[in-house]
Amino acid sequence: MTPTELEQLQKRAAEALSLRLQKRQVKSNGKPAERVLLICAGGACISCGEAPVWEALEKELVRNNLHDTVHMVQTGCMSACDMGPLVIVRPDNILYQHVKPEDAARIVQQHMLRDEPVTELMYRPHPEADPIPNPDEIPFFSKQVKIVLETCGIIDPENIEEYIAMEGYAALAKAVSAMTPQQVIDEVKASGIRGRGGAGFPTAIKWQMLHNAPGSEKYIICNADEGDPGAFMDRSVLEGDPHRVLEAMALAAYATGASKGFIYVRAEYPLAIRRLQIALEQARRYGLLGRRILGSDFSFGIEIRVGAGAFVCGEETALMASVQGRRGMPRPRPPFPTDSGIHDKPTSINNVETFASIPAIVRRGGKWYAGIGTEKSTGTKVFALAGNVNATGLVEVPMGTTLREIIFEIGGGIPGGKKFKAAQTGGPSGGCIPAEHLDLPLDFDSLQQIGSIVGSGGLVVMDEDSCMVDVAKFFMDFCVDESCGKCPPCRVGTKQIYKTLQKICDGKGSEDDLAILDDLCDVLRSSSLCGLGQTSPNPTMSTLRHFRDEYEAHIKGHKCPAKVCKQLLTYIINLEKCTGCSLCARNCPTDAISRIDGQRKYVIDQDKCIHCGKCHEVCRFAAVAIE
Amino acid sequence: MSSIQALESTISRLGHQVGPGEKIKFDQLEIAIGYYNRQPEALIQILHRAQELFGYLRPDVVEYVAQTLKLPASQVHGVISFYSFFSTVPRGKYTIMACMGTACYVRGAEQVVQAFEKELSIQRGQTTPDGLFSLKCVRCLGACGMAPVIMIGEDVHSKLRPDGVKKVIRQYT
Repeated sequence: MTPTELEQLQKRAAEALSLRLQKRQVKSNGKPAERVLLICAGGACISCGEAPVWEALEKELVRNNLHDTVHMVQTGCMSACDMGPLVIVRPDNILYQHVKPEDAARIVQQHMLRDEPVTELMYRPHPEADPIPNPDEIPFFSKQVKIVLETCGIIDPENIEEYIAMEGYAALAKAVSAMTPQQVIDEVKASGIRGRGGAGFPTAIKWQMLHNAPGSEKYIICNADEGDPGAFMDRSVLEGDPHRVLEAMALAAYATGASKGFIYVRAEYPLAIRRLQIALEQARRYGLLGRRILGSDFSFGIEIRVGAGAFVCGEETALMASVQGRRGMPRPRPPFPTDSGIHDKPTSINNVETFASIPAIVRRGGKWYAGIGTEKSTGTKVFALAGNVNATGLVEVPMGTTLREIIFEIGGGIPGGKKFKAAQTGGPSGGCIPAEHLDLPLDFDSLQQIGSIVGSGGLVVMDEDSCMVDVAKFFMDFCVDESCGKCPPCRVGTKQIYKTLQKICDGKGSEDDLAILDDLCDVLRSSSLCGLGQTSPNPTMSTLRHFRDEYEAHIKGHKCPAKVCKQLLTYIINLEKCTGCSLCARNCPTDAISRIDGQRKYVIDQDKCIHCGKCHEVCRFAAVAIE
Repeated sequence: MSSIQALESTISRLGHQVGPGEKIKFDQLEIAIGYYNRQPEALIQILHRAQELFGYLRPDVVEYVAQTLKLPASQVHGVISFYSFFSTVPRGKYTIMACMGTACYVRGAEQVVQAFEKELSIQRGQTTPDGLFSLKCVRCLGACGMAPVIMIGEDVHSKLRPDGVKKVIRQYT
């Protein structure tokens, strides 16, 4: 295929897609001759029953003889995971949420046949509120700016022509036909984009180093080992828009002179692997990867490498070892991968989200991109909003958006009227941000100042029921498990921090322990071999800094304010509620519960109680109180 | 020595019989090895295929892979033990992978795992005596919006509560 043929194909394909891109009120324009149902097939929607909904809708359309005028498309993730399974009707532009197979008849008969949208299935901010049919007016969507997720949720990820219709591979065509490699790098440089994987290293500098490196054997790697618990944007991009990543890798290869690429993807993402395989096969067939791409002299091939469950493989030197079939252990840098990587040859490693931003930058210009976000953190960032927040899912916003806007405006606040306590960003390498910093703009530098990082963009919201010492322990437990064992500070240090945190959670902590924790964190940060070890104390350090009172409550007051640490809880039977059923006494592992003489009531012997919580769990009358 | 001869000698040395079903599996493994041009670099990819075919990484299979890729068996074992996805002991027909990511944790994943332990009468990391279920706590599955989640095969079960565990198990029995 030549660039001109691609352009022609784009026009044809865009026409086929036009129905899907129209948004118009039906009432004023009369009934549309044709409609399309966009059905989200992202990971979350599949898990809550997208497939049966698809089948039911299909059956219902056939039954009503509408299958020629109402089309169905399976799209990638629409990003509002909490509302799944999601269906968007175009051109009416109406969103239905929580669609069940039994709703198919209503959607088809009422909406498709009689033109009366089903209000019961529309989104409502709260149960008594008026429904909002138009997704563009729902706060979760309306405040987002989509570059990375531009076409995710609109196109069928398994059909390359739909990506091409949305100007896919146009950036690659522009580069190979009208730009020199240096011009591509300059464009990326002008955009100011920094790596989205965690460290925030300027992408253009990395590419320039690879470009300048001598020799003809060079490699491009896409790091899709998205391991941070709480982050799932890479998964959604790979599942929903895999061609965007392939195009960007080809652009990177063209700019740097690499001839081979690898995508290192987690084994935990089988759907992403399958969609990548399909995409690779299609791109080769269309002459967009392989030999003499788009009729130019540029050749580039990509292979998939599936990881095998090791968090440390997200670190670039460990990742390269794993790509080459070895144990994924990091090595000291320098030499940096751009000097010596795969097969000791120059290699550049970029994250999925970084790559996914590149085609738009090359197509629309670096200057356009630099106009979004803040001065030092340009562009948009996708955050994976999860935890104790009303609307969960992917949120793409300009860098510099505040935490408050994301959690309370886009995310709709904390469920159950509970109080916001902290937001955890950056996974096990990041920190916990307290309420006082809610108005902080989220960008690389400001987060670093308060002891957290943007990281890969995981954003887990915690309410008053989360104990911050327990959260610190949770992350340290993760790091103990995932430490590769090569360097002692990480191998031994993570374990020692974990044990100290465990001691505090068990109510056996002393005031010296806080000083010990400070010391240990410092050693790990300064002397570990790789990023995993160096950043592993961040959750502990940030909670020590922002939630020191909770640590002190555990140590001095022997209390867990959030009522999470079981050893610090006292279980008491409320005699007014106790019916004397004896269930708690029969389940108590230490026989600490006995009947009060002469009464049909039970009491807990606090000396014998081991705080296991069994009585609280089994009581059918909520008579066991926790204090 | 051809690879099939190598396979047969390895297996007989280990005291196994190569049944017809076994042979098909080894043939399929051989196709995967051929796909990667017998490059030692593709070891992890080949081990994935081997585990898919045999259910777990049996000693004779591991030795076969080592021999065909001309790698020391110690190196292959080093790789297997490093990665949590590989198993050298038989696993249940269904592996229940319980996500222990942050979002799942703050939404009660621990209680869900305890409910599975109670319902199946096994601890995490173990397999039921009938060989039907293995229970494993895993790293973030990337379905944080639907926390807490578990995965069985490629099925994702989302927003689980301890009292919903029975219903999930019933779907597989």
